[in-house]
Amino acid sequence: MSEFVVEPERLPENWAEEAQPDLVRFENVGLRYGIGPEILRDIDFSIPPQSFQFLTGPSGAGKTTLLKLVMQTLKPTRGRVTLFGENVGQMSQSELARLRRRIGIVFQDFRLLDHLTTYENVALPLLVQGREEASYRAEVIELLRWVGLGDRMHVPPVILSGGEKQRAAIARALIAQPALLLADEPTGNVDPGLARRLLRLFIELNKSGTAVVIATHDLALMDMIDARRLVLAEGALHVYE
Amino acid sequence: MSMNEPPAEIPRLQSIRIRVRAVLDTLGDRAGSLFARFAPLLRQGSSLALKPLLVPRDRVLAPVLPSKSRSGAALMLVIAIMTFLAALTAGAVHLVADASRDWSRAIAREMTIQIRPAPGRIIEADIEAAADLARRQRSIESVRIMDRREGEKLLEPWLGTGLDLGDLPVPRLIVLKLANGPAPDLSGLRAQLAERVPNAVLDDHRLWLNRLKLMADSLLLIGLLILTLVLVATALAVAFATRGAMAGTAQIIDVLHLVGAEDSYIARQFQGHFLRLGLRGGAAGCLAAFAFFILGGLLLGRLTNTPGMEQVEALFGRFSLPLAGYISLVIIGVLVAVVTGVVSRVTVYRTLRGMEQGQ
Repeated sequence: MSEFVVEPERLPENWAEEAQPDLVRFENVGLRYGIGPEILRDIDFSIPPQSFQFLTGPSGAGKTTLLKLVMQTLKPTRGRVTLFGENVGQMSQSELARLRRRIGIVFQDFRLLDHLTTYENVALPLLVQGREEASYRAEVIELLRWVGLGDRMHVPPVILSGGEKQRAAIARALIAQPALLLADEPTGNVDPGLARRLLRLFIELNKSGTAVVIATHDLALMDMIDARRLVLAEGALHVYE
Repeated sequence: MSMNEPPAEIPRLQSIRIRVRAVLDTLGDRAGSLFARFAPLLRQGSSLALKPLLVPRDRVLAPVLPSKSRSGAALMLVIAIMTFLAALTAGAVHLVADASRDWSRAIAREMTIQIRPAPGRIIEADIEAAADLARRQRSIESVRIMDRREGEKLLEPWLGTGLDLGDLPVPRLIVLKLANGPAPDLSGLRAQLAERVPNAVLDDHRLWLNRLKLMADSLLLIGLLILTLVLVATALAVAFATRGAMAGTAQIIDVLHLVGAEDSYIARQFQGHFLRLGLRGGAAGCLAAFAFFILGGLLLGRLTNTPGMEQVEALFGRFSLPLAGYISLVIIGVLVAVVTGVVSRVTVYRTLRGMEQGQ
């Protein structure tokens, strides 16, 4: 072999971290509606790759709003938001769409499309990328089977139970293999048993390399695991590592 | 994708597999048993083998937008009616333009010399002299002197019959038929007449021709105006319908955005739908106009000899649309469909931008 080949052991120990910027970085971000007071102010935090954290705070503290700011469906009135190392401030809609494809999101109310089947709902992120159905059919079916919805593939979400809807919503968030998973009150509509199992699912996903943010005000859920906490209170964010 | 083709997505699938194995561990026994069942297949990397068992290959995916948001029977009817009206206007313009061209051609090929009785002049001698001058013109094919009786008959519609016009100074007319070819030099003839027969007036019907042209031009203008109004009304109807459809699907659009859909993707869903509506409505309106002109032509063709028809023919000529007329009907149908597609696309983009700014 030629001398120019870099041996793996010669790489610096932290090369992977250097190569991977934070998935999300907020710097001095503030948000107000119209001329009202700032409902979020001086928000500073980052989400490193493969990290696991809870986003918490009392109801109405702005957890969902913060997730919207991450997804850029809501624009901050000040500050700087960086996604995957790119400043999103002046980004075009299509560039934003490209970044959103690397984030999976699970809503508290699931937001499954009722006119589509479970299979089509899960396939939606791939469908909107313009991919041919033949190229992803097997993946979607595998994922559905693995989340235990193999026999519910061709039914509309309206006849799914709450837990099934939750699993379909999670499958939809995972199908495009996101680097970051945002879950908004994922245990809000399910029984405690399923909530525990879902938490384990998120932990396992995180172990396989996906950064996870779980927005919740469920203290019992957070006490189950020692994880980083981002706490929203009175418009400010406090990070507890 | 063939079964034998090496699956290009294997690293992807493996990664999903690792993650979903975690799901299995957490979601209970049923999924676990499924995994056990399919694990051998997956280990071989032949997960694609599952495909035919589960989803029929040619299954058509449901449209991303629900059908109720895309129903547009009323809009299609509006588009059809608009197209029909625009096509009728275009057809009528064609008919009148053709008729006016026929009239112009007939009138332009005829001129008259009017000899007015004047004290101290012998009218018969003046007529002969004027006719003689006219005959010498190369561009004049024939010269016919209308006798006094004919001249008086022309006045009958105004003065009634049974009057003795012998004592009235009725002007006499000479009808000149022009030869085909270039327009005659009227100024020469006019000058000669002025010199030898000062009481003669050469009338080349220019006044009438100008009026006819003005009328035909006005009709064309009115036609274009109506067409423009129809297109604007169609565009507005489509814009309102698109906005309505989008308002009803705001939540779906939100989800599409969140799963990474670009505006162009969302616009295509609406635009395709409205373009189809436009094409159908345009085609329906166009066909109705075709039927109207074809049936109208056949029906009026049967009534040709009735006095009423003579009036219609005098105005419209024969009630049959020329080929160019039918072509313009088709063009209008296509134009309406294109306007529908373009307007819906523009409206979707504008509404999406508004949604983003409003968030």
